Amino acid sequence: MLLNQFLLLAAVLFSIGVYGVLARRNGVLVLMSIELILNAVNINLVAFGAYHGTVSGQVFALFVIAVAAAEVGVGLAIVLLLYRNRQSIAVDEVSSMKG
Amino acid sequence: MSSLLQHVWILPALMGLSFLTILFFGKKLPYKGAEIGIFSVGVCLLLALGSGVAWIDRSNNPPEEHGATATAEHAGEEGAAEEEHAEEEGAATDEEGAAGEEGEHAAEEGGEEEHAVPPVLTEKTWFSSGGVDFTVGTFVDGLSVMMLIVVSIISLLVHIYSTDYVGGDRRYTHYFAFLSLFTASMLMLVMSRSTVQFITAWELVGLCSFALIGHWWEEKPNSDAALKAFLTNRVGDVGLLVGMIILFFAAGSFDIPAINEAAATGEIRHFLLLVASCCLLAAVMSKSGQFVLHTWLPDAMAGPTPVSALIHAATMVVAGIFMVARFYGVFWEGFSIGTAHVNPLAVVGAVTLLFGGLLAFVQSDIKKVLAYSTVSQLGYMAMALGVGAWTAAVFHLFTHAFFKAGLFLGSGSVAHSVHSFDMKQDMGGMKRFMPKTFATFVVCSVALAGVPPLAGFWSKDEILAGASGSGGLSGYPVMLWMGIVGGGLTAAYMTRCIYLTFFGEPRGKAADPHHAPHESGPRIVVPLYILAGLAIVAGFANFPFGPESIKLRFEHYVEPVAGYFPEISHPTFTLWIAVASTGLALVPIGLAYLYYWQGRFHGLTERVGLARAGHTLLVNKYYLDHLYTGVIANGTKGPVARATYWFNQNVLDGIVNGTATVAVAVANWTYRYIDQGVVDGTINGSGAASNGIGQALRQFQTGRVQQYGALLFGGAVVLAGIFVFAI
Amino acid sequence: MILAAEEALVAQNIFFGLIAAGTIFGALRVVTTKNVVHAALWLVLVLAGVGANFLLVGAEFTGVTQVLVYIGAIVVLFLFGTMLTRSPIGRDEDVDNPAWYLGLIVAVPLLALLSYAVWDQWGDDHIDSLTPAAAQTTADVSDSIFSTYLVAFEAIGFLLTAALIGAIVLARKE
Repeated sequence: MLLNQFLLLAAVLFSIGVYGVLARRNGVLVLMSIELILNAVNINLVAFGAYHGTVSGQVFALFVIAVAAAEVGVGLAIVLLLYRNRQSIAVDEVSSMKG
Repeated sequence: MSSLLQHVWILPALMGLSFLTILFFGKKLPYKGAEIGIFSVGVCLLLALGSGVAWIDRSNNPPEEHGATATAEHAGEEGAAEEEHAEEEGAATDEEGAAGEEGEHAAEEGGEEEHAVPPVLTEKTWFSSGGVDFTVGTFVDGLSVMMLIVVSIISLLVHIYSTDYVGGDRRYTHYFAFLSLFTASMLMLVMSRSTVQFITAWELVGLCSFALIGHWWEEKPNSDAALKAFLTNRVGDVGLLVGMIILFFAAGSFDIPAINEAAATGEIRHFLLLVASCCLLAAVMSKSGQFVLHTWLPDAMAGPTPVSALIHAATMVVAGIFMVARFYGVFWEGFSIGTAHVNPLAVVGAVTLLFGGLLAFVQSDIKKVLAYSTVSQLGYMAMALGVGAWTAAVFHLFTHAFFKAGLFLGSGSVAHSVHSFDMKQDMGGMKRFMPKTFATFVVCSVALAGVPPLAGFWSKDEILAGASGSGGLSGYPVMLWMGIVGGGLTAAYMTRCIYLTFFGEPRGKAADPHHAPHESGPRIVVPLYILAGLAIVAGFANFPFGPESIKLRFEHYVEPVAGYFPEISHPTFTLWIAVASTGLALVPIGLAYLYYWQGRFHGLTERVGLARAGHTLLVNKYYLDHLYTGVIANGTKGPVARATYWFNQNVLDGIVNGTATVAVAVANWTYRYIDQGVVDGTINGSGAASNGIGQALRQFQTGRVQQYGALLFGGAVVLAGIFVFAI
Repeated sequence: MILAAEEALVAQNIFFGLIAAGTIFGALRVVTTKNVVHAALWLVLVLAGVGANFLLVGAEFTGVTQVLVYIGAIVVLFLFGTMLTRSPIGRDEDVDNPAWYLGLIVAVPLLALLSYAVWDQWGDDHIDSLTPAAAQTTADVSDSIFSTYLVAFEAIGFLLTAALIGAIVLARKE
């Protein structure tokens, strides 16, 4: 198999994820898009690991999965807090940093 | 004895143990934990002196060169015994002991100068991650041993002094615990073999400094000062981290001698060394209080006085200088010290020594005078390293530790008695009440001013000789003149300080009839005597004249002769510089004498606009604190636009108006000076620009995270595109 | 051309094509659907597709972990999040930003750039570690985690603990 086919798939997923992060308004959907980005990275890690014949890629992918779990946990807690304070999870309404 | 050099790790381990013991059991002990600290430091001092003897023995009998012939061993032991005696007397007068040894080795001595004296190295793998072994170990050579001795001596004296000075304090036990931890970290720093270990110790030193400056944290200025010290140091630590990472990837190792050797042999590209040196220089600037990042050091005087003596005079702030000395192979190549006539390190040092000296003039707090004096003296050391006079810098570090610690402890003794640090309001005439403190203070001041034959003269003179380019060094004429002028300043501000504190009529709290000042107790006075004694004799450790057995012993033992150290040349004693620097020490003392005792030139600042402008600038510390807190700190607190706007309204107008008022009043060239100086050049010019940029940037601050995200990703795409297509 | 490359791996290439098509379609639905719960379900498809890709290159353990952790835990977490914040379970017209085109403006050039860079750099390189000798077993992975990357592993453990505590602190009611 070509290395490229995995890398290209990852590139597509990554770009879709970026689009989702920027275009979605619902906090939960933004978090889902971040998961897409992380998965794209994981594909790259595993593919390169196989390409170079080492297990390091897999190990790093496992670490990324663990970090993603932590990220979703904290992210959802923040969204929950947001909802509790504002009765809405629309991320574009959170603009108290406006200069 | 020589196995001691293999096991120097015992010293920091002992102090670390002492820290834990005091922390957990200190309060239950009869002396609240102080006895453990003093005992441990005492043992450390003995071990350090022992390792000093072992090192002298080793450099006289380098392992490869001289086998264990019975006679040589015997002679070495005799010499060592004598030395131990000499070192315990003065710790610095090792020339006596050395003399005995040298006599017996006179025949071998001639050829020995060139022989390499390998350092004592040990190594252990701390942990390994990602296929890289993170090692720790000890790296003992003359420099480490010298630092071990200095740190233990000062620490021991400060411990003893503190039992009286902070006696009855509510956090007495914690205070001693942190003194122990600080000593442990400093001892570890000076014997670090790997850069990882070095950074760890460096940060620990900074942490202890934070804790001790903020010892009385209930008062806001103290905790503010602690925070300021910590944060300013963080700025430099970034440089340290980046520099060390560059060196790791360039040399492929965490091993300090290996890095130096790779740098010295040209294995690392010059450009990388230059970048690494510049990053490390940032760390030196923050840790050793060099100009533009020195502002934390005077504020750090908020801590207890013994802490100032230990941390901010003698040991912690020299960590930066030590770092340059330790990585001298890197700096030597990176800044082309041997061939250039100007380089960043020398410039930073020279500017610091001059500006720090000037600032010391206008302080009314006795500790702040000493703090700026420390800044100035650290500038000397940095400059000396920058001009290639390695030994002179390290020697100045050595002598300065004694007399500056003596000065700080002396000022603490005075303040302990009048309960104030303000020379102008609460002191004066203290000579009458505290003759012992007065005597030691004067001795240390004279040593600091560089009057022969006291310690400061020999080291400062050697620095100036190094800058002049004697003895085959590359000359740094500008640095030479700045150094000479700075020496004059030192003499003058110390005279002022002595006058305000010890002469004249008692003022304020000193004149309070109900609490007449009194001489401090023995636990304060004895350390002062010891330090004053060291301030007198320490200079002879590198006496530039005399027979081989006396001449330049410090240089002989401390300066490494090994592959990891560049081949530097040494300044020779130059008569005109010695005369000039002595003159420049004595003339300002005379002028200051006329000014303060005889009352000549009074009203100078009122009559001459130029002098007044200079005075204003100095009182405001070159407006650097305004720049930092007003512009940089507040600028980062809020969003960029609001900060820029705020900055435009308040700081800029304030500073510019203030400067303008001053500038109008003064003669033309002063105007130019201020204009091109810190304030106007950088800020006035950017005023209009920052307003415009602020208004423009405001448009982007919608507060919508996703727009920021879009800009972030868009920027990343553009940058990546540049990398992919253009490079 | 992906499918035509080598005869020996035709089957794998066909499967890759199917999986990739499903994954990309699922990902597109995740970022376009109006229904939050549907988005979570489409995400399951994407995650399963990625897991299948791991299996294709011989990374069994990682693939299984992907399914267990992502589909088993994270997606369930998302569904809980949706319910707890009382997002409309059905269709919701308001899930996209007014300025959603910003995402397109960034994502399309990003995709173009990434594709070009990848194509340029790794033109025809093959992954040929699928012979039994070179296969990476679960034992190899665990050996690597618990020796070479032990420190990183500890750090991750620490991070997870901190995140757990942080999430509890954030989400609990005062």
